Amino acid sequence: MAQKVLMKGNEAIAEAAINAGCLYYFGYPITPQTEISEYLAKRMPKVGGLCLQAESEVSAINMTLGAAAAGSRAMTSSSSPGISLKSEGISYIAGSDLPCLIVNVQRGGPGLGGIQPSQSDYYQATRGVGHGDLRLIVLAPSSVQEMASLTAEAFDLADTYRMPAMLLADGALGQMMEPVDFSLFEKREVPEKAWAANGHGGKRKKNIINSLYIDPQELEDSILARYKRYAEVEEKEVKYEEFMTDDADIVLVAFGITARICKSAITAARADGIKVGLLRPITLWPYPKKILNSIAGRAKALLTVEMNMGQMVDDVRLAANGQCPVHLYTRTGGMIPSVDEVENKIREIAASL
Amino acid sequence: MTTTMIFAGSGGQGIQFSGKQTAKTAMHQGKNVTFLPSYGPEMRGGTSNCTVVISDEEIGSPSVTSPDVAVVMNLPSFDKFEPRVKAGGLVICDSTLIDKKSDREDIDALYIPASELANENGLTGFANVIILGGLIKKTGLFTYDEFLSLLTGSIPESRAALKEKNEKALKIGYDLV
Amino acid sequence: MKTVYDRPHALSDVPLHYCPGCTHGIIHKVVAQVIDELGIEDRTVGIAPVGCSVFAYNYFECDMIEAAHGRAPAVATGVKRTHPDTVVFTYQGDGDLAAIGTAETVHIGTRGENVTIIFVNNAIYGMTGGQMAPTTLPGQVTTTSPYGRDRKIQGSPIRICEMLSTLDGVAFAARTSVDTPKNINHTKQLIKKAFQNQLDKKGLSIVEVLSTCPTNWGMTPQGALKWLRENMMEYYPLGIFKDSEAIR
Repeated sequence: MAQKVLMKGNEAIAEAAINAGCLYYFGYPITPQTEISEYLAKRMPKVGGLCLQAESEVSAINMTLGAAAAGSRAMTSSSSPGISLKSEGISYIAGSDLPCLIVNVQRGGPGLGGIQPSQSDYYQATRGVGHGDLRLIVLAPSSVQEMASLTAEAFDLADTYRMPAMLLADGALGQMMEPVDFSLFEKREVPEKAWAANGHGGKRKKNIINSLYIDPQELEDSILARYKRYAEVEEKEVKYEEFMTDDADIVLVAFGITARICKSAITAARADGIKVGLLRPITLWPYPKKILNSIAGRAKALLTVEMNMGQMVDDVRLAANGQCPVHLYTRTGGMIPSVDEVENKIREIAASL
Repeated sequence: MTTTMIFAGSGGQGIQFSGKQTAKTAMHQGKNVTFLPSYGPEMRGGTSNCTVVISDEEIGSPSVTSPDVAVVMNLPSFDKFEPRVKAGGLVICDSTLIDKKSDREDIDALYIPASELANENGLTGFANVIILGGLIKKTGLFTYDEFLSLLTGSIPESRAALKEKNEKALKIGYDLV
Repeated sequence: MKTVYDRPHALSDVPLHYCPGCTHGIIHKVVAQVIDELGIEDRTVGIAPVGCSVFAYNYFECDMIEAAHGRAPAVATGVKRTHPDTVVFTYQGDGDLAAIGTAETVHIGTRGENVTIIFVNNAIYGMTGGQMAPTTLPGQVTTTSPYGRDRKIQGSPIRICEMLSTLDGVAFAARTSVDTPKNINHTKQLIKKAFQNQLDKKGLSIVEVLSTCPTNWGMTPQGALKWLRENMMEYYPLGIFKDSEAIR
């Protein structure tokens, strides 16, 4: 039965993971995502699962690697500084072709930074989490409902393409409460994990989970094979939301919590006759390049709004490819842009058109 | 129709509880709702606040600069949020703890000596619920019965005293306005 | 004709990459013999480290996972906790287990995971070409302690078994050597016990095996064995440091 429950974003991730058949969670406390651990510590024993607090983020990601290597649906979560620690393990997971979910409920950085909401790990998530040629599927929820539904989706995507997926949220989404309906999930058919290392049972050759290729040709071949899968992800799995873009002169581009602030600003500006809309990337990798390129071809200006010093704007500029000016409005360090600030920026651009 | 509210006071006054309860009741009505708490060290006795947005439409920003309603339960919160209330909006104060009055003419103000009333009625710790009683009467966002049923509905029978205190506090605030 | 000796089934029929005189090969064989004797190859998952034995995943016939440097105990935990019916062992060197992976090593002990650790201590970083290890002896010359390890500068070597034996979650901690046929046989008994403990769910078992590195020690294989006996055994006494059920 469809029933809405009022839940914190962090708790919605946790419950959705269990709903999606993830029975193994490895974590380490860090604000503002600790509720995921706390929730799962209560729930996992009741559903026959495991919530294990590791001695560090480094250990937690490697436990996740072990669980994934043995064929289990597994996850870990952290916030920005903790993701930096996990990045070694994430690289090994990517290099070993293992599926799992990594949740980043972002806070301000660099360094210890702050504990307030931020989107300043965009580069890290889409460009630089761990060494080597690798990609993560990066999903950016913008509501508590999506914290849940994209968690479920992330597991299926990871299993389908045998690669790690990241849910890139922020402290506001983690801490805020909204109604969630857990009956809304769609489940995919995912492939069997015949590659898993959990004992050959005398029935098959041994499986090896490994990211080491000492021969450069073999390493190149393995990467090329992986990039073929990446290409398939880019082809099939792009997700985005368009909001009032049809007739828009100015199109905002924003993800996560920022996209919601933009929607409020757009509604206010529309009331004054300014034709403005929003493209909200839901997958940050693969990035919705095609749609953004076509929007840039018909809009008069783009405005990227982010809670960092301007990171996603690089992808916006690449996709727009010079067809129209790309403006940028940012707040950082844990500051959330207000609706008024974004609305003023929209008015400023409208006046210049 | 969209209503934006900020609840603010000191940690331990039940500010987050008040916000959550309001959000829960609105969800029960079938409205869209967001509850955005302040988080971090505030939890341990500093200032505490949260933002609740209730709407018939999809909710954009869950964070609000100028709320329709500000519920303030200490002086720093009054000083911070009273000036931000939208024109035509409402500020509700625990007048036991806030000795100031609003001098704005474009907003409505409600002064409830909630902490005093709580202490007088053996309801220490329930000042926030007295305020909620006043809030629902004044704004008409919820009926008394639906708010009460969600307030006390999840309290087990074994804690009848808690149930009773909540109901008593809500009624005091409701009847006062 | 009666077969008196054969390659164990759990040891892959491939050439090992180890240097001449290195004792890794002996330790591999002993582990494989134990896996055979206990009849557990079909449900065993081995975790390879980073270091000289990085290619261990090619040398055992059971399922294998290659871990990041020092992280094998965490990976082992992930496998064992999600698949309790598997038999999980890590095979780690001193740099991996006693330097970069110290936190993982200590905490797999505190948790008392039902896992078997084979710890190969040769007092040097072999794979990278002879640098100082956490187990390098005082006065021992390596490429990064060219004047000999000075306790005042580089600190003192770490005795892992003694340290781990203080942890409630550790059921078995023993140090052995493979310098003589007698010691090889004894090592096999200890490793067998470490696996049996896992089958009996007793908690973490670790067997530290003193090993030689003739290449990076700059000695002949026989000279290296002599050096091991005369120097390493003094600092790292052989013996069983803990043998009980883990308190968990």
